[in-house]
Amino acid sequence: MKRRSAKSKSRPAELTTVVVLRLYVAGGAPNSRQAIANLESICAEYLRDGHRLEVVDVLEDPRRAMAEGVLVTPSLTKLSPQPVARVVGNLSDRERVLLALGLKPDVA
Amino acid sequence: MTASNSKGKPKIGSKRTLERSLAKLSTGIRGFDRLSHGGLPRHRTSLLIGGPGAGKTVFALQCLVNAAKQHRATGMLVAFEESPAQIIANTAAFDWRLPSLLAKKLFIMDAHLSPTLVRTGDFDLAGMLAMLAAKKREIDAQWIVFDGIDVLLTLLQDPVAEMRELYRLRDWLADSGLTGIVTAKSEGQSYGAAHYGFLQFMVDCVVRLDRRQEDRVSVQTVRITKYRGSGFAAAESPLSFGPSGIEVGAINPADNGHKTSTERLSAGFEQLDVMLGGGVFRGTSTLITGVPGTAKTTLAGKFIEAACRRGERALFVSFDESAEQIMRNLSSVGIQLKTHVKSGLLRIHSIRAEDISAEEHLIKIGSLISENSPQCMVIDPLTAIAKSGTLGTARTVANRLIYMIKDEQISLMVTALSEAESPEGEATDLQISTIADTWIHLSYLVRGGERNRALTIVKSRGTAHSNQVRELVLDHSGLSLSDVYTAGGEVLMGTLRWEKEAEESAKKRRQRAEFDHRRRELEFTEAGIRARIAALQTDLESQRAELALYSGQADDHTASSKRQEGELRSRRGGDPAQAPVRKSGNGAAK
Repeated sequence: MKRRSAKSKSRPAELTTVVVLRLYVAGGAPNSRQAIANLESICAEYLRDGHRLEVVDVLEDPRRAMAEGVLVTPSLTKLSPQPVARVVGNLSDRERVLLALGLKPDVA
Repeated sequence: MTASNSKGKPKIGSKRTLERSLAKLSTGIRGFDRLSHGGLPRHRTSLLIGGPGAGKTVFALQCLVNAAKQHRATGMLVAFEESPAQIIANTAAFDWRLPSLLAKKLFIMDAHLSPTLVRTGDFDLAGMLAMLAAKKREIDAQWIVFDGIDVLLTLLQDPVAEMRELYRLRDWLADSGLTGIVTAKSEGQSYGAAHYGFLQFMVDCVVRLDRRQEDRVSVQTVRITKYRGSGFAAAESPLSFGPSGIEVGAINPADNGHKTSTERLSAGFEQLDVMLGGGVFRGTSTLITGVPGTAKTTLAGKFIEAACRRGERALFVSFDESAEQIMRNLSSVGIQLKTHVKSGLLRIHSIRAEDISAEEHLIKIGSLISENSPQCMVIDPLTAIAKSGTLGTARTVANRLIYMIKDEQISLMVTALSEAESPEGEATDLQISTIADTWIHLSYLVRGGERNRALTIVKSRGTAHSNQVRELVLDHSGLSLSDVYTAGGEVLMGTLRWEKEAEESAKKRRQRAEFDHRRRELEFTEAGIRARIAALQTDLESQRAELALYSGQADDHTASSKRQEGELRSRRGGDPAQAPVRKSGNGAAK
């Protein structure tokens, strides 16, 4: 009950801004593939109204990744809206991803 | 746990690198290169394992700094635990000039994972290794350090994932051709986590760094537990931090590299130099032991004053008193240091012993030496180092300190407070008496209600030194050594000596008077005898004259009587008589 109400409350707020995301992956590594799939599913459900997602392959552009402070892959950065948030991992834990990206108010 | 891997089995490591010979790269840590017979294995990976603060990061970074400075080789450091800024700040005490290397020779990657980082699900190192490969090509790196791999592995939160990433790392390192160092934290003696077993297996060399608490101070050691395809010294060696970073106390007396000098220096004042057979050799160390109040500092002060008078630069490190106190106290016995301090020849530095650890003393004194470049130096008392730690560490540090100063060719005098009264009983807690070239022991002799200072030279290498116990006398004009009296097997000093001296000199005066008297008597007798001889001589002369006169007449008489006798004989036809011969013989005897 609580969860559903939280979701419905948060969605209108997100409508007003465009969420900019960047996902760093390492080629076709299993974790990276899973991360892309998980993120696409999250975006489809929660960010239908407006988001920009860039997928950076670290194997192709390692210098850029290094310059942008990426350490491990896969790694997701939310650039906008502020504050910048970072999530590491294959994004399998949807709840944690949503919390970290601020797409869902903290229920705790 | 991997004892079976620690010895031999070179084939395991050689399978994939068979074509590469087992070359070693110097770490720049002299003692460690000696332990490992040349350094870390080239193109292979070594593991540094140890508790917090054991010196893993410093060790690894020192290898990179040395490679950059000595061999112009570039390196990368992946810092999982600390930020690059922290690492640079932590190593600022060393003479590495890290910031200047960072531009070209050394790349530190900030892999310090933010505590606010959210982890959802599994991740891997594929991306990071791709970035490092790119960086390696860019700067042509030859070394790589993964500092604090355990931090990253813990974040994986999954033993299976940990193993998978370690395999990935191992393969990457093998393909990269880099010489690698991986550091990992261990808590105490136990390696609970599964990855430690594999970590030790995947590398070719395992070095354990330990920091133990003994009493109130930490003792640091280094030990090689595994080295594929190479021999190594398996013993635990003391480790300390010096001005150039980690120093490993694997001291080989056979090649300690100290130049020997035959130049003699004054040990302070002439009488002592005489006892030492002409002074101490330049660049050697002198140990002065003694219980409190035996004038150790005074003797050291005299040594420093003598150095300054020769125009040499000097450094006086005191753990006991402030510079002002030292100058005031020493001036009361005629040792004037103030002018030398003003002229800049002498630097007196006082340190509170309890404030810092024994290793920090090493670093501090090291930097004082490089600031002042002294030719003569005093540490008073060296035993203060033991206050800030256990005996084990203090010993290591004291040894390192003395060797460090010897390396600089500085003539050193250290004082050491001893508890025991006899020199035999005091190998001194720090066991520096074996390293010191000259050992002077000061003690009190209490007798007849007095305490007097006695000075003995216990040893002095390469010198014919005095074996005498002498009394050290301090007064406002300075120091002097007095001969001691041995009476009935006991040494007399102070008032007793003075009494004995007075007594001796009274006795001497008496003896001299007696002698003079007797001589005069004898002279008189002699004169009397001479006079008598002269008188007798005159008598003799007149006797002779008379005799000559007499024998002239006698001859005439004898000749005429001989003729008569001869005539008589010829008439009788007998032998000539003997009577005239006897007569003349009697005359000659007269």
